[in-house]
Amino acid sequence: MKKTRTVEIGAGLFALLGIGALFFLTTQATGGDDFAAKQVFHVTARFENVGSLKPRAPVSMAGVTIGRVQTIEFDADLLDAVVTMVIDARYDTIPDDSDASVLTAGLLGSQYIGLQAGGSDTYLEEGSEVPFTQSAVVLENLIGKFLVRGSNEDDDQ
Amino acid sequence: MRIQRSCLLCYAREMTANDDNIIEIRDLWFARGATPIFKGLNADIKRGHVTALMGPSGTGKTTLLRLITRQLRPDSGRILVDGVDIADLSKSDLYKLRKRFGMLFQNGALLTDLTVFENVAFPLREHTSLSNRLIRHVVLTKLHAVGLRGAADMLPRELSGGMARRVALARAMATDPDILIYDEPFVGLDPISMGVIVRLVRRMNDALGITSIIVSHDVDEVSTVADISYLLSDGTVAASGSPAELNRASSELVRQFMHGMADGPVAFHYQAPDYAEQLLGRDSE
Amino acid sequence: MLREAYVSLVVFVRTFGALTLFLLELIVQVPRVFVRRFPLIVAQVYNAGSLSLVIIMVCGAFVGGVLALQGYANLTRFNAEDAVGIFAGFALIKELGPVITALLFAGRAGTALASEIGLMKATDQLAAMEMMAVDPVRRVVVPRFLGGVIAMPLLVAVFSMIGLLGAHMVGVMLLNIDVGAFWQQMQSTLGLRDVMEGILKSIVFGIIASLLAVWEGYNAIPTAEGVSRATTRTVVLTAIAVLISDFMITAWFLR
Repeated sequence: MKKTRTVEIGAGLFALLGIGALFFLTTQATGGDDFAAKQVFHVTARFENVGSLKPRAPVSMAGVTIGRVQTIEFDADLLDAVVTMVIDARYDTIPDDSDASVLTAGLLGSQYIGLQAGGSDTYLEEGSEVPFTQSAVVLENLIGKFLVRGSNEDDDQ
Repeated sequence: MRIQRSCLLCYAREMTANDDNIIEIRDLWFARGATPIFKGLNADIKRGHVTALMGPSGTGKTTLLRLITRQLRPDSGRILVDGVDIADLSKSDLYKLRKRFGMLFQNGALLTDLTVFENVAFPLREHTSLSNRLIRHVVLTKLHAVGLRGAADMLPRELSGGMARRVALARAMATDPDILIYDEPFVGLDPISMGVIVRLVRRMNDALGITSIIVSHDVDEVSTVADISYLLSDGTVAASGSPAELNRASSELVRQFMHGMADGPVAFHYQAPDYAEQLLGRDSE
Repeated sequence: MLREAYVSLVVFVRTFGALTLFLLELIVQVPRVFVRRFPLIVAQVYNAGSLSLVIIMVCGAFVGGVLALQGYANLTRFNAEDAVGIFAGFALIKELGPVITALLFAGRAGTALASEIGLMKATDQLAAMEMMAVDPVRRVVVPRFLGGVIAMPLLVAVFSMIGLLGAHMVGVMLLNIDVGAFWQQMQSTLGLRDVMEGILKSIVFGIIASLLAVWEGYNAIPTAEGVSRATTRTVVLTAIAVLISDFMITAWFLR
């Protein structure tokens, strides 16, 4: 009888430890899904180059995540990229002349969309398009520009 | 009228021992792979009596037990228990049949993680819904019958061979089966333990009116306890009868077995090429 | 040569089929065992899980520590030491946690299961149960199988958690990595999806390891040599099966 008690207690403690570990992993090791808004509205933006932006990338303003990239599509007529974003409905005071840029998180980080506020009194709502955009920085173009400028200076001298 | 206890037992035995057969084996053929084990075996197990199955090693005595309990299936032939061919039984009927058997395995086959008490209680817990109190009563009674009531809390690994076998007997008896099967019950026991087992076998059979089948090759012990013996050899019954009859038999095979002679129909030498040739042949190379 | 390869292939397919049928038979019996013999399952969860905790926790802590060391040493080349947290988290939760735990489990609990059942077969205990009209599969095999399946995901979670803590201790205390950066970087990069991948792997590996262990034991040749072969085969087969399915699950998650 004593042996059964030890066994049951042992198994119970083990199960609790295991479930506790699972809980730990899901809460401490991950950011969870920090964007799970109930009410959202959709906004689009056009970019010449989205770089390595991926769906589910965060959309942030002032450094705070307010939404996510939903889809990225290629427009065959205008030959640019159309990004559809999903934004928490609570943030309904984003000026409709804001600026959307494709930025990089950290040095090796993944790319996200950063919104910079404009000054308009009308706000973004369902279906709006963000008018001003800045494409992703492509490293090769940057190096190319640098080299060209460097050689131009040489020529001048 | 003086009624001695022994006479009461005899009386009980007379009452229950009909001369009908509880198990009948008809024309049994069985082969393991390519090797034939039984070639048309015929035998009857009489209700209420102790029947012994004897024979040289390797004649398949344990296989026969497995066939009777349908752990194996015959290639052809029939085995009837109470007139019903066991090959036709459904799985649930088979389990019902197996509940009528109690089997004592060669090593006892006690469950090693349970105490002696729990081992004997095992079939009761599995098949009956008796309360713990009743189970305790039954278990202690059975253990008392084999003389091991005091060992109830020991583990199988703490028991001697003889004690383990007695516990296994108590377990086999726990659900009061009709047919008790003993697979080599005397092997490896000291004379005292053997005497105990022999006494228990006879007592159980007579007191409870059950049928006992003993598989053994211990001629002397079996002769003291069996009513009928079957001598198996080469896949069939070589001889059958009471121990006294077998002792007087004239067949060479029976005599070799009953008297333990080294050579005879069962040859001493395993099959080998000619002796001289093998020795000299090697030398000349 | 070709003939041998063909024969091996046939044997493999047959064994795979036998395993699948066995697994189905076990699954069918699970509900009844759960309802009527729950204490048996609890005892087996204890055997397979609680008794494996020591090896799991010790190995987890050291694996985490090694990840911190290796991660640090290699990430300094890119001046990205703060990414040690991401590195350790990724490796543990998605890969090393499930895989190493499965291999350790096979070595400790798998061999115990296989040899227990094999020995019960060799000493006629299973035959005795059959004779007493008790289904040995239901009473002996299924509880052990369930014990392993339940214990594995829990063990993996413990391994990963202790591993992260081990990486934290080595990284923060030994290598002076910033505490905040360690956890914050990890949290912002790892998602629920990654934890789900680890959990799925642990469940699949648990089924594989437990199934192979009880199968080998149940089908062992009832001699001392047969039981010993069964235990070694358990470890070998589990290792191979776990690593192959690890590849398949990882590939599936990356599509």
